[in-house]
Amino acid sequence: MEGVFTQTLVSGILIGFIYALIAVGLTMIFGMMDIVNFAHGEYLMVAMYFAYWFFVLFGMDPLYSLPWVTVLLFLLGVITYYVFIRPIINAPMLSQIFVTFGILILLRGVAQYLWKADYRMIPQTLTSGNVSIFGVYVGVSQLVAAAGAIICNGLIFWFLKSTKMGMAMEAVAEDKEAAKLMGINSDRMFALAWGVGIATVGVAGSLLSSFYYVFPEVGSNFCLMAFVVVALGGFGSVPGAFIAGIIVGLVEVLSGYLIAPSLKFMFVLLLYLGVVFIRPQGFMGRK
Amino acid sequence: MKKGLLVFILFMCILAVVPLFLRDPFLCHLLIMIMMYATMSIGWNIIGGYAGQVSFGNAAFFGVGAYTTAVLLVNYSVNPWLGMLAGCVLSVGLAVVVGYPCFRLRGHYFAIATIAVGEIMGVIFTNWDYVGAAVGIYMPILEESITNFEFHSSKIPYYYIILIMMLFAIAVSYAVEESRLGYYLRAIKDDPDGARSLGIDIQKYKMIAFSISAVLTSICGTFYGQYVLYIHPSSTMDLMMSIHLCIIALIGGIGKLFGPVVGAFVFIPLMELTRVYLGSEGQGIDMIIYSLLVIMIAIWRPQGLWALFSKGDK
Repeated sequence: MEGVFTQTLVSGILIGFIYALIAVGLTMIFGMMDIVNFAHGEYLMVAMYFAYWFFVLFGMDPLYSLPWVTVLLFLLGVITYYVFIRPIINAPMLSQIFVTFGILILLRGVAQYLWKADYRMIPQTLTSGNVSIFGVYVGVSQLVAAAGAIICNGLIFWFLKSTKMGMAMEAVAEDKEAAKLMGINSDRMFALAWGVGIATVGVAGSLLSSFYYVFPEVGSNFCLMAFVVVALGGFGSVPGAFIAGIIVGLVEVLSGYLIAPSLKFMFVLLLYLGVVFIRPQGFMGRK
Repeated sequence: MKKGLLVFILFMCILAVVPLFLRDPFLCHLLIMIMMYATMSIGWNIIGGYAGQVSFGNAAFFGVGAYTTAVLLVNYSVNPWLGMLAGCVLSVGLAVVVGYPCFRLRGHYFAIATIAVGEIMGVIFTNWDYVGAAVGIYMPILEESITNFEFHSSKIPYYYIILIMMLFAIAVSYAVEESRLGYYLRAIKDDPDGARSLGIDIQKYKMIAFSISAVLTSICGTFYGQYVLYIHPSSTMDLMMSIHLCIIALIGGIGKLFGPVVGAFVFIPLMELTRVYLGSEGQGIDMIIYSLLVIMIAIWRPQGLWALFSKGDK
């Protein structure tokens, strides 16, 4: 009994790192330009399909195709910005919501048309199998994915805090006008935010594809999880998202374990409602 | 506006006589679906359009309407019309319970909160054995009559019922638009702080708008249950359905009286026809087409297609 409980805790923390990674991109884009990317989960779905096809067509393990998927998703993010987002940057919120919702349906439609509604999975990967750590059995894939998510989150944090480009992005998020006076091209920074924000989903998708089914609707649950993480951590806060990811992962598996697996999703959503009602700015959000 | 009224009356007359010539059951079904979605989208428009509070959870009211009627009919043999009334009461109750905390949230927080509420309702109904859980509820077959709200030999009676419901929704929406409430809602949408400083009780009026929205959606839920005679969580409480309601309003014109009607007449045929003609080979094509339409409208024509017909008529 106790063993199962520890097992559950560990799996919750591991999946929490992935949630955090998915949420980081969302929170970055929101923090910079006040636009919520409702299609975020769909980019994850695209990344997972890319990883799947790299495996099927070229026999590449998701771990090896990860850099390629990440680059492709980065480009997809930049293209999305220039084609869909730039025209509505100063539009009313309603238009912004509908455009990102439109992208959501578009990507889902394309996936359904090209790849049908079948569930697909990569059968055998480099990281298949289980290991025992202090008596707790963990899937190697999950462990690798969590480690990858931690590294990627760390890199994003380092990028924002320590590189010139990252600091420029933070400056734009802080005050668009002042940043412009400092000679920062906010347009390029926005494009970069979309590129990096979507690229992080590329990493997450690659990591997930080694132990999760791929299908056109796979993004919707992950996207809602990411919303909860972002709200909990505070819109715009990268470290907040990291901690919140773990909390959401824990709430998910614990409510599944203690109450009922079919209701776990409800508890995560209740967590969201609780947070926004009591502390709308989240744990570490600005304002 | 005089001209607009004339066009409207003409349009309604055409809709009223169409069944006399219509022999094709599929077309009849298509028109019923168009009018049902138009009615619900008008309901969405009252909270999402006039008051500017984007709700992605309106399908919950549809589900409450459908389920209340079904449970009362199956377990207690309560007449569906009374069930419709009960559904409305429960929907308004839900609107108040959800609206009270949610309306303090602004912008995206509100939108995501409504998604959360809608999804929570979906999870509850999928796991609640009393309402049939994931299997859903089959309506008992009753003798066909208007009192029983069931017709088996023809779809035409359903057609007229939903036509009347749509007219009712348009009338309600018109009354809201012209009344003091309408002005308050638009003030809340354009400048909530300004509205508050003028002494408008923002919470109260948002709540009223949400309740009206809930009623108009709930009656459609009852109608759907009696029309299809089988309901289950994913046909009544789906997030995609809530999204479709907003999209219909967007295509036609958000915050415009006839926007949702125009939107439904464009959107529903687009979806149903691509589905019918392309079949399973074209799976996803309908989504690609309408998502592009939605994106283009949101970028270039946020006032919707209705604006094409009513130049300068605000």
